[in-house]
Amino acid sequence: MIWTTLKVGFHRLGTPLVFHRLSTVLPPWLWAGFVICAAIGVYQALYVVPADYQQGDSFRILYVHVPAAWQAMATYMVMAVLAVIALVWRIRIAEIMAMVSAPIGAAMTLLCLATGSIWGRPMWGTWWAWDARLTSMLVLLFIYLGIMALYAAYEDHRKGARVACLLILVGVINIPIIHFSVEWWTTLHQGATIRFFGESTMHPSMLPPLIWMTVAFKFLYAAALLGRARNELLLQDRSRNWVKTLMLKAT
Amino acid sequence: MSGRPVWALLSRDLRLAGRHAGQSLLPLVFLLAVLILIPLGVGPGPNLLAVMAPGMVWVAALLSGLLALEHLFRPDLEDGTLEQWWVGDHSVMALVTVRFFSHWLITGLPVILIAPLAAQMLYLPSHAIPTLMLSLLLGTALLTLFGGLVAALTLGTQRGGVLLAILIFPLIVPVLIFGAGATAAVADGLSAQAHLGLLTALLVLALTLVPLATTAALRLNIE
Repeated sequence: MIWTTLKVGFHRLGTPLVFHRLSTVLPPWLWAGFVICAAIGVYQALYVVPADYQQGDSFRILYVHVPAAWQAMATYMVMAVLAVIALVWRIRIAEIMAMVSAPIGAAMTLLCLATGSIWGRPMWGTWWAWDARLTSMLVLLFIYLGIMALYAAYEDHRKGARVACLLILVGVINIPIIHFSVEWWTTLHQGATIRFFGESTMHPSMLPPLIWMTVAFKFLYAAALLGRARNELLLQDRSRNWVKTLMLKAT
Repeated sequence: MSGRPVWALLSRDLRLAGRHAGQSLLPLVFLLAVLILIPLGVGPGPNLLAVMAPGMVWVAALLSGLLALEHLFRPDLEDGTLEQWWVGDHSVMALVTVRFFSHWLITGLPVILIAPLAAQMLYLPSHAIPTLMLSLLLGTALLTLFGGLVAALTLGTQRGGVLLAILIFPLIVPVLIFGAGATAAVADGLSAQAHLGLLTALLVLALTLVPLATTAALRLNIE
């Protein structure tokens, strides 16, 4: 019974009109969630958390660097799930959401690399090092760019999306490599200090802003994803009747 | 399913390559040209070249391998041969695998055979040459597989060439790291076992999954 309800709800979500309504109503709330969480996070990160005993104030860039890195990988995993849905059940909304996620993921990866570079200059004495963590993150950026380029190269959106979804699934192999790169190889990048299971080795006083910023980045991703998906859907369906009716109603 | 379509495809591919021998060997000429440019660019000092040799031979091999990928499926798509693969009761995945094998015979094998010459040109210590050839054996096979997948993915686009190079870059990074790493390790008097083991594991994984993904990508572009 519950299963049937879920299935019907899922399929309704896959229809353009329902998705359009959802992606119009939800984003303002998601943006609000982002602004609130980011405001609390930034305030705590800059004024509440004490300076690091070794790195001084410069460690505070962590509160952008780490959430961006997590979001870069989480975005890819979301895209992988969407790619499976798109390829197996051929749901168009899933294709669109996977494709519009790629630029967001690329932006997060770039943000992670840029903040890491800025952080690395004073702490490591270099902007860049060819160690496993940094290189695998750079590879992730190029996978994102490849997905975007492949999708853009096809004139038929649906064919391009499906081919790019295949590429997404091939690229999944990079995610565990990024995650474990600091354990498998000796790297300049530090090992993981935050653990979901067992005790984190980060000092508890430094943790709250990280959580706020991480949640803020999730809101940011969700808001940007739905907004972009809505635009892409309207653009692709601009000559369809449901869009015409909608636009006539709006004016 | 009989083995006949498989043999027919293999002999056709090899015969076609033989008839266009000049074109088939162009990537090899490109490889040598790159290797000639390196000493002219960085200076002919044997010490510096010997240190750079494993990486440079590998990068040149990958770049030259890139040139041939465009011809892996596109001519067959354009003259309609590719669609015939789906006609009949033979396994398309078997045909894809055979195409990979013939492509490797034509583009990969010559690179391995010319590797000793390349090594001499850049003063690679001679005891590292067998490892260079072994790592290139695994590496060219991987390049054919990953490259074939990317060639299938870009088959439906107009400007396949540049896109191919961008898409293959992230896939080929681990191959380059472990392949050049194996050769460099032996040149430095260390064991290459870990590097070669990882390359072999990667090849087994790719041999299992890439024909599957390539077949799916080809089918999407046939539709």
